[in-house]
Amino acid sequence: MKLKIAFDIAKTHLLTKKKQTLVAMMGVTFGIAMFIVMISFMQGVNQFLEDSALDASPHVRIYKQITSDRPSLIQQQNPDGFNVIYHQKPRQELAKIKNGLVIARHIEQQPEVLGVSPQVSTQVFFNTGSVPIPATLAGVDVQREEKLYRLSQRMKAGKIEDLMANANGVILGRLLARKLNLGVGDKVNVTSSTGGTSLLRVVGIFSFGIQTVDDARGYVNTPKVQELIQKDANYITDLHIKMKDPLKAIAFGKELARQYDYRVEDWAMANAAILAGEQIRNVMTFVVSFTLLVVAGFGIYNIMNMNVMNKIKDIAILKATGFDGQDVVAVFMIQSVIIGLMGALLGVIIGFSLSYLLSITPFAAGDFLSIDTFPVKFDPKFYLLGVIFGVITTLLAGYFPSRKAAKIDPVAILRG
Amino acid sequence: MKNIPYSERATILKATNVNKFFLDPVKFQVLKDISFEVKKGEFLSIVGKSGCGKSTLLYILSTMDTAYDGLLEMNGKSLTGLTQNQLAAFRNEHLGFVFQFHFLLPEFTALQNVMLPGLKLGKFSSKEIEERAYQKLKLVDMHEHALKPSSKLSGGQQQRVAIARALINDPTIVMGDEPTGNLDKANSDMVYSIFRDISHNNGQTIITVTHDPDFAEGGDRIIEMSDGHIISHGHEKTVQ
Ligand SMILES: Nc1ncnc2c1ncn2[C@@H]1O[C@H](COP(=O)(O)OP(=O)(O)O)[C@@H](O)[C@H]1O
Ligand SMILES: [Mg+2]
Repeated sequence: MKLKIAFDIAKTHLLTKKKQTLVAMMGVTFGIAMFIVMISFMQGVNQFLEDSALDASPHVRIYKQITSDRPSLIQQQNPDGFNVIYHQKPRQELAKIKNGLVIARHIEQQPEVLGVSPQVSTQVFFNTGSVPIPATLAGVDVQREEKLYRLSQRMKAGKIEDLMANANGVILGRLLARKLNLGVGDKVNVTSSTGGTSLLRVVGIFSFGIQTVDDARGYVNTPKVQELIQKDANYITDLHIKMKDPLKAIAFGKELARQYDYRVEDWAMANAAILAGEQIRNVMTFVVSFTLLVVAGFGIYNIMNMNVMNKIKDIAILKATGFDGQDVVAVFMIQSVIIGLMGALLGVIIGFSLSYLLSITPFAAGDFLSIDTFPVKFDPKFYLLGVIFGVITTLLAGYFPSRKAAKIDPVAILRG
Repeated sequence: MKNIPYSERATILKATNVNKFFLDPVKFQVLKDISFEVKKGEFLSIVGKSGCGKSTLLYILSTMDTAYDGLLEMNGKSLTGLTQNQLAAFRNEHLGFVFQFHFLLPEFTALQNVMLPGLKLGKFSSKEIEERAYQKLKLVDMHEHALKPSSKLSGGQQQRVAIARALINDPTIVMGDEPTGNLDKANSDMVYSIFRDISHNNGQTIITVTHDPDFAEGGDRIIEMSDGHIISHGHEKTVQ
C-alpha cells in the first residue's frame, strides 16, 4: 500500500519530466550496451584463441628434454666441495622415450584419456630450388592422430587415407606448401639434420588456422621418420595425450610426471602466452566496464540530485501531510530503479544488436589466424550481469540524493 | 458543547513555556514563554502584527518544527521528543494544515492532491478515499475542477483545494496560516462556515492565524500576540 503511493508519485514525476528521464536512461543504456559488447568480444577472442590453441596442441605432452642442466660427476663425488665447471655441454644422448609404445598403450587405458598419439619428430630441410626450407616432420600413426586432432576435418586438399596408403606420402601445412610452391601429387626432397635424405610425395594439405603450425609442419608415417634418422621402429620422441576433459589435463600431467622420468607439459604451460593474454583482456574488460558504469552512475546521481532540488517543495508538502522519510526515499529510489531497469533493458537490446553486428563484420587476420569475422561470444550470463550491474549502479547513484530528500526540513521550505 | 462549562471541556492541545530562538543571522528570540491551552472543538484564532511570530508558533504546534524549548502535549500525551517518523504519522492522522501560501503538488490533479494524505493513512480503500475526496472538494466548491492539474488552478482555487486536503482524514485539529488570505469575501465566508460547522458539530479543533477581523470574531476565542509574547488569551464566547 505504502509502496504503491510512492510508486504512483515516482511515476508521475518521471512522466512529467520525460526528457530528463530519457537522458538519465541513455547514460545507463550506453554503459550497459558497451559493457556487453566489450565482454562479448573479449570473451569471444579468449574463447577463439583457447579453442584453436587447444585444438591444435596436445592436452599433455611427454618428451625427453635434452639440457646441460645436469649434475656433473665431480658434483656427485664431492657434493659439499666448491666445484667450478666451465662450459658444460649437453650429453650425447637420444631424445628417445624408452618403451614409448608400451607407455602409450598404458596411458590410453586410463578412463579419462581420449587418446594417445606416439610421435617421432625431427627437423628437416625441404629442398626445392637452391634454398633449403626448414620445417618439422612429425612421424605419426595417422589413425591415432585423427582421433586426437580430427585431422581429416582440417584437410584443405587430399585425404588422410592417402597418407596411410603411401609410405612416402607427406601432408604439408598450408603455408609451408605455399612457401614451397607444392601441390598434391608433387614430389619433394628432404634432408634430415643427421644427413638422411628421402623423396616424399605430397598427398595432402592441412590447415589448423595457426600460423606457427601451418607454416612449419608436415605429417608423414612414423617409419618414414625413423628411416630418415636411421632409428629402429621403437624410436619414439613424443607422446601426445588428449583428455576427455581438458581441465583434468593439469592434474593428470602431474600424475604422469611422478610416474615417468620424462618431461611432462600440459596445455596451460604450453600456452602460457595465450592464458596471459586472456588475463590482460579480462582486466581490460573489467576496467573499461567499471569506468562506463561509474560514468553512467554519476549521470544518474546528477540527474536525481537535480530532480530532488526541483521537487523540494513537493517533498516538504508530502512531509507536512504526514509522509515520513522512508516514503520520500521510496519515491526517489523507485525513480532510480525505473530509470536503471529500463536503461539496462534497452542497453541489453542495443548491446546484443551491436555484438551481433560485430560478429558478422568481416575481419581479415591474414595468415596468422583462420578467422573470417570478429569472434564474439554470446552468453546469457553477460546480459544478466549487465542488468544486475545497471540496477546496482542506479541503486547506489539514487541512494544519496534520496537520502538528502528525506532529510529536507519542511519548515524551511514552506516558510517561503 | 455549549452546555458544558469551558473550564470543564477536554484540553486537546497544550503548550507550556515554549521558547524559540533563531540563530541566523543573529541570535534572536521569536517566541517568549508561550503557554496556552486549546479545548476540544474550539475555534481559535491567533492575531497579531506581521512578524510577531504567529507562523513560527503554528509550525511548532504542527510538529513540523521541533527546534524549540518547552513542552507540547496533545490529549495529555507529550509530542515533544517524538521521532520524526512518529511525528509524521501523527500529522497524517490528527492534523490538517492549510499553509499561508497555497501548496499543492503541481503535477497532480486537485483530486489526487486531496487523496494523497488519505492514501498514506490507509484507513479506507482507494475507492472510498476518492469518494471522500470528492465530498471534501464539494464542500469548498471545487468538485468541478477535481480532475484539473493543480498547476492550472488560480491561487484562490488552490487554497480551497488545500483546505479540502486538510480535511480528508477528518483530523482532530485543523491548523491554518491565513487560510483565507487569497480568498474573496464569498469564499472566505464559505471557509468560515465549514470551520464553524466541523468544530461545532464534529468536535474538530480549529487553530487559525488570520488578519481578517470578521473571521477572527466569528470564532470562539482570539489569542493576541505581540513581539513573541501572548498578550491576550481572549475569553470564551457563548456560542449559539
Ligand atoms: N528562518 C528564519 N531565520 C531567522 N529569522 C526568521 C526566520 N523565519 C522567520 N524569522 C523571523 O521571525 C519573526 C517571526 O516570523 P513569523 O513567525 O513568520 O511572523 P508572522 O507569521 O507573525 O508574520 C520575524 O521577525 C521573521 O523575520
Ligand atoms: Mg506568517
